[in-house]
Amino acid sequence: MRGHVLLYTLVMAAVTYLIRMLPFTLFRKKITSPFFRSFFYYVPYAVLAAMTFPAVFSSTGSFYSALAGVVVAAVLALCKKSLTVVALSACAVAFAVEVIQFGFVM
Amino acid sequence: MKKIVSPYGYREGFRDGVPIGLGYFSVSFGFGIMAVTSGLFPLEALIISITNLTSAGQVAGVEVLQGVLAAGGVGAATLIEMVLAQLVINMRYALMGVSLTQRLDDNMTTGKRLFFSTFITDENFAVSSSKPHPVGPRYFAGLITAPYLGWGLGTLFGAVAGDVLPLSVTNALGLALYAMFIAIILPPMQQEKGVLPCVLLAAGLSCLMTFVPVFSFLSGGFVIIISAVAAAVVLSIVHPVAEKEVQA
Repeated sequence: MRGHVLLYTLVMAAVTYLIRMLPFTLFRKKITSPFFRSFFYYVPYAVLAAMTFPAVFSSTGSFYSALAGVVVAAVLALCKKSLTVVALSACAVAFAVEVIQFGFVM
Repeated sequence: MKKIVSPYGYREGFRDGVPIGLGYFSVSFGFGIMAVTSGLFPLEALIISITNLTSAGQVAGVEVLQGVLAAGGVGAATLIEMVLAQLVINMRYALMGVSLTQRLDDNMTTGKRLFFSTFITDENFAVSSSKPHPVGPRYFAGLITAPYLGWGLGTLFGAVAGDVLPLSVTNALGLALYAMFIAIILPPMQQEKGVLPCVLLAAGLSCLMTFVPVFSFLSGGFVIIISAVAAAVVLSIVHPVAEKEVQA
């Protein structure tokens, strides 16, 4: 393990732990501000959307395999399939598209 | 006053955790591959997973680390970027933590809270907070067993097999995490009106800042933070959500 990678890993873990630990251990009341309730509600979806787009389109070997995977993931997600089914199906479709496009690459 | 004790034991928790563990294995497999292709060693990827246990935060963390490795050293700017990225991305755990405190039995002492808070994830939270009766330390211990093992083992296998598997396969598995993110985003869109505009705004801002050259001084981590906070603030003002939806 490289020293600087360990340093950043520990910073990342410490921040994440504090976010989880402090409210869970100390908080005894509910948040009442409608703005902050809404903000906390929206943040995960906003984060996931910003992380997914545009990065997802360069996450595989080609734009087309990624696009096919995204479409399949969206359809299965709207059909309320589990996270595992959605993830594995999207990968399978991306794999098929790339094999059609480039052949099987070792 | 009578002491509240959870009716759920370790076994009940373990049973509830198995499907989460299986899902985590396949997703962290993708994370392991991504970490190694970003320049990390398999052991480093494993240590990140077993100390963080958070998919989106780890992906952003590896994106920051990729920049650190490219720059060849530690820098104040990238350390701040790492802290801010984790704060914004993982802030939802604070709300989940607050929500979970309302559902704990009296055996959940401060010491046990310090320990079990490590394992608050979207899925662990969703499952434990959907139980009809209060939950306690034994139930939590059971619940987190399979997800924690699945997350760690999946990362290790992905990181190691990433070198061995054919390129066609690793390319396709790179999609696993993003597909899971899509699966988390889409279903709530049908229930809460504000989620769709929020997602479109965040995705639009992220694309804008990635592709328009004016913003090229922003690294990937900051693009995500700015896009997400801006979208969440706008929607919280334009379309505040009712208490019921926040609790769900």
